[in-house]
Amino acid sequence: MGEKKRIELDYSKIESDRMRLNVGPQHPSTHGVLRLEVELDGEIVTEVVPHIGYLHRCFEKHAEKMTYPQVIPYIDRMDYVTSMNNELPYVMAVEKMLGIKVPEKVEYIRVIMCELNRIASHQIAVATFGLDAGAFTPFLYFFRDREYILAIFEKASGARLLFNYFWIGGLSADVHPTFKEDVLAIVKQVRKTNKEIEDLLIYNKIFIERTANVGILPADVAINYACSGPVLRGSGVKFDLRKNEPYSIYDRFDFDIPVGMGEVGTVGDSWDRNIVRMREMEQSCRIIEQAVAQMPDEGDVQEKLPKRIKPPKGDIYMRAENPKGDLGFYIVSNGTDKPERVKARGTSFVNLSVLPEISKGYMFADLILILGSIDIVLGEVDR
Amino acid sequence: METINFVYNLIPDQFIAIIVICTIPLIFLIVYALLAILGELKISAWIQERLGPMRTGPWGILQPIAEVVKLIQKEDLTPDTANKPLFNLAPFIIFMGAYASFAVIPFSRYFIPSDINIGLFYIFAVGSIAVIGIVMGGWASNNKYSLLGAMRSVAQIISYEIPGAMAILSVAVLASSLNLEKINIAQEGGIWNWFVFGGQGSWDKLWVVPFTLILSLIYLISSLAETNRTPFDIPEGESELVAGYHTEYSGMKFAMFFFAEYANMFVVAAVLTITFFGGWNSPFGNFMQGPGWDVFWFVGKSFFFVIVQIWLRWTLPRLRVDQLMYVGWKVLLPFSFICFLFISLFRMIN
Repeated sequence: MGEKKRIELDYSKIESDRMRLNVGPQHPSTHGVLRLEVELDGEIVTEVVPHIGYLHRCFEKHAEKMTYPQVIPYIDRMDYVTSMNNELPYVMAVEKMLGIKVPEKVEYIRVIMCELNRIASHQIAVATFGLDAGAFTPFLYFFRDREYILAIFEKASGARLLFNYFWIGGLSADVHPTFKEDVLAIVKQVRKTNKEIEDLLIYNKIFIERTANVGILPADVAINYACSGPVLRGSGVKFDLRKNEPYSIYDRFDFDIPVGMGEVGTVGDSWDRNIVRMREMEQSCRIIEQAVAQMPDEGDVQEKLPKRIKPPKGDIYMRAENPKGDLGFYIVSNGTDKPERVKARGTSFVNLSVLPEISKGYMFADLILILGSIDIVLGEVDR
Repeated sequence: METINFVYNLIPDQFIAIIVICTIPLIFLIVYALLAILGELKISAWIQERLGPMRTGPWGILQPIAEVVKLIQKEDLTPDTANKPLFNLAPFIIFMGAYASFAVIPFSRYFIPSDINIGLFYIFAVGSIAVIGIVMGGWASNNKYSLLGAMRSVAQIISYEIPGAMAILSVAVLASSLNLEKINIAQEGGIWNWFVFGGQGSWDKLWVVPFTLILSLIYLISSLAETNRTPFDIPEGESELVAGYHTEYSGMKFAMFFFAEYANMFVVAAVLTITFFGGWNSPFGNFMQGPGWDVFWFVGKSFFFVIVQIWLRWTLPRLRVDQLMYVGWKVLLPFSFICFLFISLFRMIN
């Protein structure tokens, strides 16, 4: 240690009434390595500038140097809490280019896995949202339940987080024999915990005070910013790709699209975005129950494919409803076994862009909650 | 008082005798803090369906000691741009505020370190010293999070002192004294004579029972705010302010903040016990009543309220800073004033 460092300040140049605060990249509540440059007037937020890129891993460039099946593990790492859902639009896109149809059983397993992962993702979203509000206990209740879901994934794919399970033309492995019973047990457990969380957190007076009328996102602003998923539906827009543009076999199931209704505050506030996630978990449970009932027991889980996957020249855009919103892949094929270009439409990236718009004028503590209610994963923002 | 005199007689040098008497609460405080840390770890674990610490010693009972050893080993960092004298002094001032309260806390009728006649007032006075320490620590850290936390903390502690003081003042009116020993004696004779049920007296006191019940609740809430515990842990709300005013502290200085928080938890629990829940008195009248039982009842009741604080912390979310002010100034303060007014009228008429 040398001599004392002193910061020389020219007081005439300092605005005395505003404070610039750097939130992150290492901060407990930025959900990863997001940096927010915040201008505060006392406790009131006057300006928010998100700075991203701390988790950039060149996914799109990597994808150009990999063969089609080798891209899938990179897709897992985009939104690392919803890996199953990430894989689905990509494999569907490549399958469509190849013109193959996967076996019936594969479709059902894919839907069940996606919905289980949707539950797991929403559990993290609601749990960390509660954590931002200062409630620590619901966080651990959700993580306890999430373990059961991850155990199923582990039995099926061998991995707990980054599965590489959906392969082009099928799955990497068949599910275990007790799969159906395990899934139904989870559905039961999820419903039980959700009931408990509603009593403990969602309808808690303090929690409602903190989240209702905070971070109001009107429907037109949400559409202008191309928000999707629970952020869009929280504003009262009934749009869900599973219903509006059914892909895979989602048209066979009966489920509702929950939307924010402003029960405790205004339509499109943080509480609405959060309750949409809670209700979507229930809808996912319904889909899983129907899928398990309809799923055929026998069958192969891998379609016959040529050794080198070479889709014909052309391009394709395929999108699917991720837990966080609308995830799309634009793939350009040049006829070789490596894609010319893979462009991902990151849900979290698009949803994050609305943060500066809706957090102005609220208090600093609210900013954290608004960010939590948007539910971003930095792995997908930066890719 | 006998114990104090006994110590004075035993040790001829008065200065040493005073030091001995001062050390007894400190030893109690250290043992209590270790127990409370273990309690916090275990209770939070049970609430969250975990096991809590299980590896250090049988059933994890040595975990608090391990934590203390860890904190001692850590590097004691002082930021380069911090104001060093204030930065280093702040944790000790905060702890001093909590420790000084023990001078008047009556553990038993035989052990009141200093039996001054304005005990209640004294506790409130020295309790406010913590604010100075928090501002010092927050400002001297030269960190924006610390500064925000310190500013919030001052606003919070000062505004919640008023409803808390009104609640305590009502007890002083009922007991006609600020002396903690006299307040304790005024609640003798079973649970029905505690001030939470209006104190001793005939059936007339039913008039004040609703008010004293509300006041005990008001004091409990404002004491949570004074110790910066959830749902009022806004000054150190980790999701916004990282760690609030003690963001820059590490090692033993951080441990002092932590220690002071636990000491403060006990102080407010003790004040609640003394003023509303009978202090050292047994809830069964003369049964289990006596100097030895005094310690048991007093410490037992205080621990119960410490556990209540831990329980609330792991159950409730956190309020926002403006909502906190709303609750303090627009809900608790008018209610405490109304209750105080009615209790004073009751005393005037009787």
